[in-house]
Amino acid sequence: MASIELPLEAGRAPAPVQGWTLLAALPWFAAVAVLLLVPDLTYQPLGRELALIWGAVGGVLTLLGLFGNRLGRVGRWSALRGPWLFAIGAASVLWTVVTAKTGWLPQPFFPTPQAMLEVFLYDYGKILHSAAFSIWLLAKGFFFGAIAGFLIGVGMGWSRAVSYWATPLLRYIGPLPATAWLPLAFFIFPSSGSASVFLIAFSTAFPVAVLTWSGIAAVNRDYYEIARTLGASPLFLIVKVAIPSALPHVFVGLFMGLSTSFAVLVVAEMLGVEAGLGWYLQWAQGWAAYANMYAALFVMAAMCSGLITLLFRIRDRVLVWQKGVVRW
Amino acid sequence: MVTAALKEDLPGAGREISIEAVSHRFDLEGAPLPVLDDVSFTIEPGSFVALLGPSGCGKSTLLRLIAGLDHPASGAIRVDGAQVGAPDPSRILVFQDPTLFPWRTVRANVALGLEAQGTLKTEGHRIDAAINLVGLQGFDKAYPHQLSGGMAQRVALARALVNQPNVLLLDEPLGKLDSLTRLAMQTELVRLWQQSGLTAVLVTHDVEEALYLAQRVIVFGPRPAQVVADLTVDLPYPRHRGHPRIAELRHEALRHLGLEASW
Repeated sequence: MASIELPLEAGRAPAPVQGWTLLAALPWFAAVAVLLLVPDLTYQPLGRELALIWGAVGGVLTLLGLFGNRLGRVGRWSALRGPWLFAIGAASVLWTVVTAKTGWLPQPFFPTPQAMLEVFLYDYGKILHSAAFSIWLLAKGFFFGAIAGFLIGVGMGWSRAVSYWATPLLRYIGPLPATAWLPLAFFIFPSSGSASVFLIAFSTAFPVAVLTWSGIAAVNRDYYEIARTLGASPLFLIVKVAIPSALPHVFVGLFMGLSTSFAVLVVAEMLGVEAGLGWYLQWAQGWAAYANMYAALFVMAAMCSGLITLLFRIRDRVLVWQKGVVRW
Repeated sequence: MVTAALKEDLPGAGREISIEAVSHRFDLEGAPLPVLDDVSFTIEPGSFVALLGPSGCGKSTLLRLIAGLDHPASGAIRVDGAQVGAPDPSRILVFQDPTLFPWRTVRANVALGLEAQGTLKTEGHRIDAAINLVGLQGFDKAYPHQLSGGMAQRVALARALVNQPNVLLLDEPLGKLDSLTRLAMQTELVRLWQQSGLTAVLVTHDVEEALYLAQRVIVFGPRPAQVVADLTVDLPYPRHRGHPRIAELRHEALRHLGLEASW
């Protein structure tokens, strides 16, 4: 939409400054002022460093506001996100005031911005390591779960015998939350890591299997007849007709599976696995390190939304033919 | 020029189809519903025959039997003397809906048969010939949802012709097109049939379409279908819709269909 230029505007030079971006710089400078000029309630570390960072953000926004329209991609981004940049700056002011300056929010449950900076500055190694561990555990579980669910779903959609045996099992065991297996799984599996992989795979496989199955069942029968008159073998009918036709459903299953696997991952890490963001969260709680907990939540949110975005990208690429058929 | 390339790429080898005392019924919740009642006729190799009848009379069922998608309850269908068994790419059915695979481009849709038969590597050059044949050069990379109804049906025809079928079974292939596209496609069908030399069997309930396209029109009565008339359209191609002989035959066909009063 943004790329469509009205004929009237086409000949006109772009606006010299980005109003919203300039406006967005103000709360960031205000935050610096509040941080440096109003005394803290209790001692806070890293006040000057934080002021420097926020001041830099304000400075960059000022420059973007003045010259952004000549900067291409970055400029377009700031023009679009001006109101958000303003809101985040304003929130920083508010946060500083209600925690460090007035203590309206009870300390230490709501950490000050300085304390958060301290966590990221001095504990980033541990947090990143935990995040990497979580992603790796999730990737293993999701991979095996997606493959198993897909194969079960294709089998159920294709073969009456598989469907006869698998449907009741899937109906009975599938809806059970994977976390309910946790205590047992930690006993049965040789390590808590392999138990977690199994549980994540289990929670992923159920929605993927159900959606793949319904996708295969929904394939237009005429596609099979067309392919058969063109000389297709049964294998061709599965691989080149049924599966591609069912793929949109499979992706819905993958999205559902990924979402539930996050929950299983965190619970498994909290209860048994001695690493990962879930474990970090638990560990921080043990030390009453509230800033660290918020930091872990922040990184966890980035990780989950990043993985969902990645899956969206893959879907867009694989199902490019759907553009124009379905509104995304 | 195109014609010369086609002669080589799509050699004419129409086959004879004989329908021998074929009866068929559907099983509707336990109650048998007869759809074909002792139908017999023979189609000459390389000819264009139309099966005309009221909707739901069972003519499409007959086409499915010739394709091998279903098997007759009694009687036999032979193609060049051999009884029809499983579906085979030598007899290709084109449906009323183009039923292109939406996840495949035009080119990949046309390639479907060669891919299924495992001859894509050796016979791949026929894909371009087939796409050119139906006049869709430049649309290879388009997806089906980007095509109009007429273009989609052309792709369906190319997908059939690329396999060099001996028998082309057309189940109301123009039924869902708008009337102008339909007229243009009728002329196209005649051209494709003349160039390839295959045996064409067209199911339709459009009297004029049957008379404009076919050399012979077999008229069916209401279900269970029986042959009520076998008309020969003794006119050379290209035909003209306003020809008095077509009007005459039209009158006769309508009379056999019990619609004389509308004449």
